[in-house]
Amino acid sequence: MHEHRDYEGAKIGMWLFLFTEVLLFGGLFLLYAVYLHRYPAEFHAAGKDLSRIFGTANTIVLITSSLCMALAISALQRGKVVLSQRLVLLTVTMAGVFLVNKFFEWSAKIGHGIYPDSPALLKLPPGEMVFFNLYYLMTGLHGIHVIIGAAVLMYGWHLMRVGRVTPEHFVFLENGGLYWHLVDLVWIYLFPLFYLVV
Amino acid sequence: MSADAHDHPNFFQPLPGTKGGIASWIFSTDHKRIGMLYLYCIVAMFLVGLTLGFLIRLELIAPGRTIMGQQTYNALFTLHGVVMIFLVVIPSIPAAFGNIFLPIQIGAEDVSFPRLNIFSWWLYVTGAVLAVVSLVTGKGAPDTGWTFYVPFSAVTTTNVDVAVVAVFILGFSSILTGLNFITTLHRLRAPGMTWTRLPLFCWSLYATGWIQVLATPVLGITVLLIFVERVLGVGLFDPSRGGDPILYQHLFWIYSHPAVYIMILPAMGVISEILPVFARKPIFGYKMIAFSSLAIAFAGSLVWAHHMFVSGMSDTAVMVFSFLTFVVAIPSAIKVFNWVSTLYKGSIRVEPPLWYALAFIFLFSIGGLTGLVLGAAGTDVHVHDTYFVVAHFHYVIFGGLGFGLFGAMHYWFPKVYGRMYNKRIANWSCLIAFVGFNILYFPMFILGLQGMPRRYYDYLPKYAEGHFISTMGSWVLAAGLLLMFWNLWRGIRHGKPVGRNPWGGATLEWTVPSPPPHHNFEAEPVVTHGPYDYTGVKPDA
Repeated sequence: MHEHRDYEGAKIGMWLFLFTEVLLFGGLFLLYAVYLHRYPAEFHAAGKDLSRIFGTANTIVLITSSLCMALAISALQRGKVVLSQRLVLLTVTMAGVFLVNKFFEWSAKIGHGIYPDSPALLKLPPGEMVFFNLYYLMTGLHGIHVIIGAAVLMYGWHLMRVGRVTPEHFVFLENGGLYWHLVDLVWIYLFPLFYLVV
Repeated sequence: MSADAHDHPNFFQPLPGTKGGIASWIFSTDHKRIGMLYLYCIVAMFLVGLTLGFLIRLELIAPGRTIMGQQTYNALFTLHGVVMIFLVVIPSIPAAFGNIFLPIQIGAEDVSFPRLNIFSWWLYVTGAVLAVVSLVTGKGAPDTGWTFYVPFSAVTTTNVDVAVVAVFILGFSSILTGLNFITTLHRLRAPGMTWTRLPLFCWSLYATGWIQVLATPVLGITVLLIFVERVLGVGLFDPSRGGDPILYQHLFWIYSHPAVYIMILPAMGVISEILPVFARKPIFGYKMIAFSSLAIAFAGSLVWAHHMFVSGMSDTAVMVFSFLTFVVAIPSAIKVFNWVSTLYKGSIRVEPPLWYALAFIFLFSIGGLTGLVLGAAGTDVHVHDTYFVVAHFHYVIFGGLGFGLFGAMHYWFPKVYGRMYNKRIANWSCLIAFVGFNILYFPMFILGLQGMPRRYYDYLPKYAEGHFISTMGSWVLAAGLLLMFWNLWRGIRHGKPVGRNPWGGATLEWTVPSPPPHHNFEAEPVVTHGPYDYTGVKPDA
C-alpha cells in the first residue's frame, strides 16, 4: 500500500477548520458588537481599566511570533531544517512570553477583585460587568488557543527532528503555521476592541 | 461472487495477514467500517430515543398522572430531544451512509482524512456516553428541553453541565465529518467523475458538509457559554448582569435552524438515489436538484429568527424573517416536483425502498406545507409553542429524515451485507409504520390548533381525545418499526445472497462486489456516463 499524500487536500481541510474557528470566535464577537451598542459609555469606562502597556507588549510579541513562524516554513521549504527548527522554538518561546504576560495581567485584575461572579464585579454597572465577563471569556478562549497552537508547533518541531516533516513533506508544519496565524489574527481583533477603541 | 470473496476479502472479513477482532473495527480507518460503527450506534440510540418518546406518549394518554411524575416527564422529553437530535438525526445519514457510500460513489478508495474520520466516531461515542452519564449523575437528569434555553438552563440544579459538554463534543464530531466530506469531494473524485456526474446523494452531502462546517461552531460557542455561565458565573445572558436572554435564542437558532437542513438534506439525497432506480428513468432535473440542495443550505442559514416571532423582535425583523422562510420553500418544492416528475411515465418496479421513498415524499410534503403556517408570522402567533409545532417538526424530521433513513437502510442493505431481507415483511412494516405515524402525529395538528401547548405534563379534559388517539398511534408506529428492525436483523443472518446489483442501479457502488472489498475497487474506475443512465444496466437478482 502506497501512503496517500494529498497536499492540496490537506490544505483545504485546514482552511475549512480555520473557518470553524473564526465562527467559534464569531459568536463572541457578535455578543461584543451587540453589548457595545447597548452600553457604549460603560464599555468606555471599563476599557480604561485595562493596561494598554501589557496589551501592546503582547501584540508585538504575537505578531513577531507569527513572523518567525512564516520564516520557519520558508526555511524548511528551502531545505534549512535546523534553522526552521530554531525558528519554531523561537515562536513557541514567544507564545510562552505572551502567556506569562497574560498571567500577570489577569492576576492584577483578579487581585483587584475583578473576575466573573466576584462581589466587586457584581457591584459594577451592568455594562461594565458585561465588558469584564466578555474580556475574561474572549481572552481566555484565545489563551487556550495559544496553548493548543504552541503544542501543535512543538509537535511539528518533534516531527522535524525525527524526519517525518521534511523539506519535501512540510504540510503539517505549514498547517500548524496557518493555525498560529489565526491565533495571532484573533488577537489582532481583540486588542483594539478591549484596549483601544472603547 | 465466490471468486471475488477469495481474492478480495470483503470489509467484514479481516484484512489478509491480520487477525481482525474488535480493535480492527474501533481503530479502523476504513470508511465502510467507520460507517457501520456509526450505523449500529445510531440504531441503538434511535431505539433509546424511541423508548423515551413512547413513554412520554404513554404518560399523556390521559389527563393527570399516569405512569410518571412531572420531573421525570421533563427529564424524559429533554433526553428524547437530545438523543434524537444530536445522537440520531444529525449524524444518521451523513455519518453512517455517507461514510459507507460517498467514497465508493465517487470512485475513491477512502475519504481524504481517514484518521480524522475514526477520531470523529470516537468523539461521537464520547458525546453519547456523556449524554447518558448526564442522566444518572449529579442532581437529576437535565429538564430544560433540548434547546437549553436560558435563563432556566443557567439556574436549574439538574445536570445540564454534562449534557452541554456532550453536545459540544458531538458538534465537533459533526464538523469533522463535514470537513472530511467536502475535502473528499473536491480531491478524490475518480477520472471522469465531473461535478455534473456526481450522484445526487453526494451533492446533498456536499451541501450538508458546508452547513456542518459553517453553522456548528456557533452552537459550540453557545453551549460553551451556558457552561461558563453555570460554572463560573459569566452572566452574558443574565439580565441582572447586563446580559440579554434573547441573544441566547439568536445564537442557538443560528446553528440549530441550519441544523434542520443537516438533518433533511442527506435524506433528500437518498430519495433522489432511490426514485430513478425504481422508475428506470434518469432523474428529472438533475441540475435543479443538485442546485436546490445548495440553495436550501444557503437560504436555510438566513431564517433562524422564525423561531422567535413571539420572543420580542421588531415588526420589520419579523417580516423579513417570515419572507426568508418562505424562500426556503422554493428549492424544497423544486425537489418534490422533480421527484414526482421522475416517477411520471417511469416503468416503476415497486420494491421496499421505493415504498419508504414514497412515504417520505408524502410525509415531508405535509411537514413542509405546515411549515409555511409556522413561517407566516400571523398564523405563527396563534400556533406558536403548541402541538402544531410538535406535529410539524415530527412530520419533517421523523417523516422526512426517519423514513429517508429507513429507505437508505433498505436500499443499500443488499450492498452492505450481500444478502436480501424479506421484501414482503419490509413492505408490511413500512405500511404499518406509515399508518401508525399518521395516527400518532396528525391529531397533534388539531390539538395545536385547539390550543394545546407543547411540553406540558398535564392538559385540560377537552384535549383528552386527541392525546388518546395519538398514543394509540405510537403503539402502531412502534410495532411497525420493531417489525422492520427485526426483519433487517434477520436478513443480515439468514437473507438470500445477492450479487453486485440487485436493484439495477447505475451509480458506482453497484459495480463493486457485495459486500464491498476492503479497498473498494480492484482498479481505479473511469467514469464515462452519468449516475442515472440506465442504458444496458440490468438488475442481477
